[in-house]
Amino acid sequence: MVRQYSPVSSALAHLVLFCGAIVMLTPFLWMVITSFKTPDEVFLAEFQLLPTKWGGTENYIAAFTEAPLLRLMVNGAVVSLSILVVQVIIAAPCAYALAKIPFRGSSALMALVLLGLMVPIQVPALPIYIAFAYLGLLDSYTALIAPFSISVFCIFLLRQFFKTFPQEIIEAARLDGYSELGIVWCIVVPTALPAIAAFSIFSIIAHWNDLYWPLIVITEPSLATPPLGLMMFRQSSQAGGNIGALMAASTIVIAPLVIAFLFAQAQFIRGLTVTGLK
Amino acid sequence: MTMTSTFDRPVRQYNFGTMSLLVFPATALLLAFLVLPTAVVVVLSFTDYELGMDGLRYIGLSNYSDMLADRVFWQSVRNTALYVALVVPGSIFTALAVALLIERRRALTRFYKVAFFLPVTATLVAMATVWEFILHPSIGLANHLLKVLGVDPVRFLSDPDWAIVSLAVIGIWQSIGFNMVLFLAGLSSIPKEIDEAAALDGAAGGIDRFLIVTWPLLGPTTLFVTITTAINAMRVFESVAVITQGGPNKATEVILYSIYLEAFQYFRTGYASALTVVFLLVTVSLIILQMRVADRKVHY
Amino acid sequence: MTDIDNAAIDATGLTKQFGGHRVLGPVDLSVRPGEFLTLVGPSGCGKSTLLRLIAGLETASEGSIRIAGRIVTDAPPRARDVAMVFQNYALYPHLTVAQNIAVPLRMRRLSLPQRLPVVGPLLPRSAATLSQINDDVEQTAKSLGIGHLLSRKPAQLSGGQRQRVALGRAIVRKPRVFLLDEPLSNLDAQLRVQMRSELVQLHRRLRVTLIYVTHDQAEAMTMSSRIAVMFAGEILQIGTPEAVYDDPDHLKVASFISNPGLNTLPFIAIANTQLGCQLGAMASASPDCTIAFRPEACATVSSGEQSDLSGRLIFCERFGAEAFAHIAVDYAEHPIIARVEPGNAARMSCDQLVHLSLDVSKLFLFGSDGSRLRHQRRAAA
Repeated sequence: MVRQYSPVSSALAHLVLFCGAIVMLTPFLWMVITSFKTPDEVFLAEFQLLPTKWGGTENYIAAFTEAPLLRLMVNGAVVSLSILVVQVIIAAPCAYALAKIPFRGSSALMALVLLGLMVPIQVPALPIYIAFAYLGLLDSYTALIAPFSISVFCIFLLRQFFKTFPQEIIEAARLDGYSELGIVWCIVVPTALPAIAAFSIFSIIAHWNDLYWPLIVITEPSLATPPLGLMMFRQSSQAGGNIGALMAASTIVIAPLVIAFLFAQAQFIRGLTVTGLK
Repeated sequence: MTMTSTFDRPVRQYNFGTMSLLVFPATALLLAFLVLPTAVVVVLSFTDYELGMDGLRYIGLSNYSDMLADRVFWQSVRNTALYVALVVPGSIFTALAVALLIERRRALTRFYKVAFFLPVTATLVAMATVWEFILHPSIGLANHLLKVLGVDPVRFLSDPDWAIVSLAVIGIWQSIGFNMVLFLAGLSSIPKEIDEAAALDGAAGGIDRFLIVTWPLLGPTTLFVTITTAINAMRVFESVAVITQGGPNKATEVILYSIYLEAFQYFRTGYASALTVVFLLVTVSLIILQMRVADRKVHY
Repeated sequence: MTDIDNAAIDATGLTKQFGGHRVLGPVDLSVRPGEFLTLVGPSGCGKSTLLRLIAGLETASEGSIRIAGRIVTDAPPRARDVAMVFQNYALYPHLTVAQNIAVPLRMRRLSLPQRLPVVGPLLPRSAATLSQINDDVEQTAKSLGIGHLLSRKPAQLSGGQRQRVALGRAIVRKPRVFLLDEPLSNLDAQLRVQMRSELVQLHRRLRVTLIYVTHDQAEAMTMSSRIAVMFAGEILQIGTPEAVYDDPDHLKVASFISNPGLNTLPFIAIANTQLGCQLGAMASASPDCTIAFRPEACATVSSGEQSDLSGRLIFCERFGAEAFAHIAVDYAEHPIIARVEPGNAARMSCDQLVHLSLDVSKLFLFGSDGSRLRHQRRAAA
């Protein structure tokens, strides 16, 4: 049914939505605009939308030289990709077993997974920090990656997906000579790519953006992830008050995910809301 | 006929070796990084342990009684509650309105969805930095605009009355997109026939139809979105850590920030553990509530 | 495919329990090398369970299985060298037809490192094996008439094409034992008849030991060298289709292998007829026995002639080439179905009194437990 709306109410709705969209986008626009301004114009007491003098080059150079921005981005990529790969490698066989193989203790393990879904990372963070401190693991990639190697959410999500996979195909694979691990990686996982893609987006965004854990375990700037590095840069640059450079750094830090989102909107929305939609 | 039979009981063929190959890594890591540490937190909350100290002493519930007597603890509870109380309705009603408006449009909907969802993907630390600049008392965009409207500048972040409200605005801005998507999913699951039936029954205007059909049928989604938003709002940390560090004068001290300070700045591990246990209990009860709601959502 | 390598299968004392409930056995079954054996029975009779035990997809609760003399009771499926075609074909959805058919060959001819993506094909001797696999896949696909579909994905195929791919995947590695679990049940009627003959020809060409599970008695009768009729987890009779049809051991077997149905009567219905006297000696041993015969074992006779049964016509089913009269007879729980000439059928009218004469040589007598009373032949002779 195509409902007819009066042009007036339709125009009104578009006006509201458009204004709302502009409000939502303002921080992004203001960030980019400011990153192009010279310090004089940033600190101008009068409102001025666009820069009159080009300060962008200086700001971005400052962002890359005064903050180890390139290093931060590399750290962010290494950490979030490593976490993702390890999570899937660990979770997929377990999810397959929980979905497709009856075994002693499977319901206990499933209960553990469901309980794990309820525990926010801030709870185990304390003892893990203490353990890492005693093991001398603080300020390392291991400290950033290891605690997230197990994702109960990944197990849960993949199990839901694997449960719908036909048992017959798994049996055919057994007859064809696959081992159980072979079935996981050659048969079941390739057909679960949509679920894995959704989880990947969820996981990468969560860990690229995470501040809490890196803030706790990392003090060495060269090991910082983008949010932590940005926070460190902010604290150091506030004295100098180089807001233009700070905005430039912020722009760079959010750029990879925002650009990726613009190119794959539907996948991003699915990946991020997969937690809420179950 | 035999499809289900494989699932009835353990099969000898899946011997211990095969099963442990599949399940052992995940189980071990689950125990090491989730179950064991959580248990340790509970145990530590009954001790006077401080990181770096050699031993620890069982002190019963004194951490908890200290906590209940601590003005800062109650301040952080109040602040967190206020933050949640602002973010939840603010985010939900805006998101619902946006979802309703978008759902009935064809043109530009992609642009709207992208605009409202963009803050969900953006690194919050970076955006908090931007917000701090926007809310700057003298050179911020917000006060520039207020000046245009003839309003006196507001010290959004350094005025204790305004600080938590300002953070809540950031929280709302950040969560609208997520809730909008959940509402759009909820709206799309409402059968079109019911809407048509309501129209035939004389529910002429949009508001009528919203009250008769959409709002009641969206009830489960709304409840679910409410709790999800509450859980996420309770975990507010980034904006506090980046912008206000709990100030001015503890006006933005929230639970997670207190835990962070006690555990990782003051190293009062035992006391921080007690805070963590309280935080965990509140989170878990909210999640259990959410699961109840989600269960009902299937049937309604 | 000239070298024949087929295997005998022997199952002894095989049982299967699920949660304390026995669904199969004890079953003893010997399948000869190169035989086409059909397990037939109603759904839930345990025929698929038996097949899955042989395949190794389930583990027996008791008993043993030997394939080619080797005990495989607890061996995993891949150690048994059996191939199977599933009811829903079980094709790998993410692989093309060629890749699907190639899987069993890759698993057997390539080492684990050689199977790895990207690096695998670069390893020494991979190239030669891979091209050999490609040749075999192509040859198998051509022999099944799916050579032109090799680059398609399963989702792009029709039911019959998927069926052929599943067959291809099973035969490409020349298994010694070939198991089929209701492979035709998802096809439409016309295609099913066509596939029946193709499967028989395929078996004749491959000479592989083949076990075929179906609930369709027509498939069982038309395709197999022997059939095993199963009820409630047990094999009631095993033999050539003709033997099972003409000489059933059990009432259930006779009634399952009958189309359109088996006529049964309590013996007292004919006790006073000449036929009754003929059979009386045998029946007296078991007074509440059942007499059973197929529609083609009885003929209508005119009222003047000697008849064994009579009753009112309630319905006449005409198929063109043949016709079946449904006749209500005293004592009979269900109407007696008699095959009649279509010409005669046209002249019959409802409620008309019909007289039937039975062919004694096609008449079976079953005891109250359903087992066949065998003295009949001797008594008749």
